[in-house]
Amino acid sequence: MKLRRSMLFMPGANAGMLSTAFVFKPDSIMFDLEDAVTLREKDAARILVFHALQHPLYRDIETVVRINPLDTPFGLDDLQAAVRGGAHIVRLPKTDTADDVRQLVAEIERIEHTCGRAVGSTQVMAAIESASGVVNAVAIATASPRMMGIALAGFDYVMDMQTERGDGTELFYARCAVLHAARVAKIDAFDVVYPDVNDDVGFLKEVDLIRRLGFNGKSLINPRQIELLHNAYAPTEEDVDHARRVVAAADKAARDGLGVIALNGKMIDAPIVNHARRVIASAQASGVRR
Amino acid sequence: MKIIKEAVAGTLESSDLLVKVAPGLPNRLDIHIRSEVIRQFGARIRSVIDETLGQLDVTEGDITIEDKGALDCAIRARVQTAVLRAAGNPPIDWETM
Repeated sequence: MKLRRSMLFMPGANAGMLSTAFVFKPDSIMFDLEDAVTLREKDAARILVFHALQHPLYRDIETVVRINPLDTPFGLDDLQAAVRGGAHIVRLPKTDTADDVRQLVAEIERIEHTCGRAVGSTQVMAAIESASGVVNAVAIATASPRMMGIALAGFDYVMDMQTERGDGTELFYARCAVLHAARVAKIDAFDVVYPDVNDDVGFLKEVDLIRRLGFNGKSLINPRQIELLHNAYAPTEEDVDHARRVVAAADKAARDGLGVIALNGKMIDAPIVNHARRVIASAQASGVRR
Repeated sequence: MKIIKEAVAGTLESSDLLVKVAPGLPNRLDIHIRSEVIRQFGARIRSVIDETLGQLDVTEGDITIEDKGALDCAIRARVQTAVLRAAGNPPIDWETM
């Protein structure tokens, strides 16, 4: 089971950060060529990320590259760097329509052919940053078999909606729409960054909300938030004990040839057993909540 | 690749390097390296720089490098960026990168 709880942004132009980011052990690391890079450093960041992707330090971690939009002078060059460098995933910002994804995928395929990378080996994720993107979320999420995830980007979205970040009410519809699109497409869903890195209480409150909604994880801008996030996503000891009892009961029923499963007098059906198996897998991968 | 103007890439922050490239004397490629880790890694740094310049077919110019303990990948990237800028930012031939 591939966990994608934490996707850590790293500014693509910063050699120091790129040399140390792997030590923080996020589930995925996202080299940013877009907003975190000034116009005059776009070329430097692109080349630095191209080489960092190939460094053995990043051999055992999932790598994502956020490129500039393809309608900017930087997008296609960024894509060359990401695909040729070996990024596992390309994150497309400001995705408004399914055609945006299809255009990205066509360019990726062209580059894969040219550079000899296995065609289809570069996955893509779309960042939704506007009302149009939210409304088109299902079409975007299902636009290509290469799609592995869909992310909501809060800042641009609330600007487009003519509002501002608050208690989460302003994001409620977008979060639900993006999440449903992800589940329709059977791909992962990622929540917005939490901008105040000194507010652990607010961060954990938001994490609790998005975990209960069903998001796989969150984009992060500070490594300090990784451990907090992973712990909040870990199942409790009680959850794991219950899941083990559910799975044991299901296994026994299968051995006994029984179609109906019961635990402590309560009926258990297949979705509950599947959920229990996910809880156990999650605990095996990330431990139990402290 | 021909160096036609002065250019700089990188920073003096830890784990980075600053690369300055300028047109030099005809038929001369002068490389000056200062590094905090020159004793341990000087030969390796020089080798990465030589290889990178060779791949870009840089045969003339004046290259000054101030290294702050950068990884090989950062050295390669900063040298390439500085050379491309000094050559007037031609389209990148990714096969040579």
